[in-house]
Amino acid sequence: MSLSVTLAHYLAVSGVVFGIGIAVALGKRNAIAVLMGVELMLNAANLALLAFSRFGAAFEAGDAPLAGHAFVVFVLTVAAAEAAVALAMAVLVYRHRETIELDRINLMRW
Amino acid sequence: MNLEAFHFIGPAIVLLAGAVLVLLADLATGRRACVRPLAMLTLAAAALYAATQAAADTGGQAFGGAIGVDRFTIYVALLLIVITAAVVVAGEPGLTRVAQRGEFYALLLASTASMMLLAQARDLVAIFVALETTSAVQYILVGLGRDARASEAGLKYLLTGAIAAAVLLYGFVLLFGIAGSTSLADISRAVAETGDETRLAVVVAFVLIAAGVGFKMAIVPFHAWVPDVYQGAATPVTVFLSAASKAAGFAIALRLFYTGLGGGDTPVSADWAKLFGVLAAVSMTLGNLAAIQQTDVKRLLGYSSIAQAGNIAVGLAAVATGSTLGPAAVLFFLGTYAATNLGAFIAVIAVGARVGSDELRDYAGLLRRSPGLAIVLVLCLLSLTGLPPTAGFLAKLYVFNSAVQGGEQWLVWLVVVAVFNTALSAYYYLRWARTILLDEPLDPAPFQPPAATNAVLTAAALGVLFFGIVPTPLIDAARSAAAALA
Repeated sequence: MSLSVTLAHYLAVSGVVFGIGIAVALGKRNAIAVLMGVELMLNAANLALLAFSRFGAAFEAGDAPLAGHAFVVFVLTVAAAEAAVALAMAVLVYRHRETIELDRINLMRW
Repeated sequence: MNLEAFHFIGPAIVLLAGAVLVLLADLATGRRACVRPLAMLTLAAAALYAATQAAADTGGQAFGGAIGVDRFTIYVALLLIVITAAVVVAGEPGLTRVAQRGEFYALLLASTASMMLLAQARDLVAIFVALETTSAVQYILVGLGRDARASEAGLKYLLTGAIAAAVLLYGFVLLFGIAGSTSLADISRAVAETGDETRLAVVVAFVLIAAGVGFKMAIVPFHAWVPDVYQGAATPVTVFLSAASKAAGFAIALRLFYTGLGGGDTPVSADWAKLFGVLAAVSMTLGNLAAIQQTDVKRLLGYSSIAQAGNIAVGLAAVATGSTLGPAAVLFFLGTYAATNLGAFIAVIAVGARVGSDELRDYAGLLRRSPGLAIVLVLCLLSLTGLPPTAGFLAKLYVFNSAVQGGEQWLVWLVVVAVFNTALSAYYYLRWARTILLDEPLDPAPFQPPAATNAVLTAAALGVLFFGIVPTPLIDAARSAAAALA
């Protein structure tokens, strides 16, 4: 009996992390906590991408096209850019309202 | 890599270079006056470039197949440029609370460029990067200005957008897992061959992707941001979102679902067609019911845009024929909707700049105060309702026809729901029109909008009437654009 880690293991972890991420993103009322949830979701996607890429038929055959790996680099870059904008926006709102609790950011109805 | 490849993304490069120039000019001169002409010049150059591509019938792929040019991308590019140009020309009176003119115009150009790239992308990586660039720029645009509401709207837009993007990405990851490739052409082949064991994964993938692009298209249940963002953002930004961002959202939905997920011929497409059918019916019904209760015209137009997105999504659902009737109708609708919405929103900017409010009651007796403005606004409202002889009527007719031609029972029921909703929407559009035409004005002083506003309003009104009476040029362009999707 071998104890090797297979694609299914990676996907299971990725699925669980994605689930936690979406629960945090939709459940938390603090803007920063929501962003942390989004970050979890993105990283779950990255994990699945890497696993699909590593266990893909092309990689196993030794051709090693790294499309999935390349995708991950782009996702990381985009996530960093998005986080920069998000934190700037949170600071902006904090200056106006002195809070980033979503329940209290309610000049307009949701 | 050869330089030829850059010719394919020429219009987008022109816009990005223009965006940098606008920023530099703003920094160097410190004078607001020079940035707007520079932005207009850039848009004219990009339009010229895209028109040259259209005239030369440029086509093909570059960057390893990640970027393509065809009639579809050129149609979308020209539509986006026209919308942005209208915002640049007539938006100025609505920017009273936005001091950062340089940033505003630069971001507007950058957003247009990334939406054009989005329409051109044929690879999941390129699509994701273009989509996120578009979004990040638009978050900042919404939050611009010294207004607590704008920054609140920006944060709400950003948080919902970030969640939607992550969900979309997970859908992309599943598609990559199924196909082993990020190219839409490979994915299309893999999806067509799926057996029962991967069917579930495909369904989960397209549901996640529909959620992600549904956010951009602003259809229920991914619409929660719309009213707040439309109300909170500076009105020119709202115009831009309602016309350009929605067009880009539908463009990428068409590209993803028609090119990547099997067009009209696979069992998978029958599945996602039903999904869009349900989303369309729910969007228009909830959008219209909520719009009826609004007293702020920007919120009203926000809910109206959700309902209209439902109408457009009927064209997405009408895939079952395997023909391109549905996509052609969607593209035609997007063109006419842009003209109509630009007219309505720019009239709202003009009234808002004069009255200082966006309340429905401030439109009372507008006909007596500013007859030209009132007539254009009423015309646009008729077009939004879908009454002849306006372009909105034909757009609805084409979309509904594409659904009926689909030949399936549930599509016919979808059209019944849509027609019922048109009657529902007539209530609030025509109530607004009646306020403009018949009510006693609160303040009878007449006023005249600025010349630039008048020019754009006239162009929008002419567009609404022209495409309502002579739709052939636009519908032909939409048909050949849709044919390029398959």
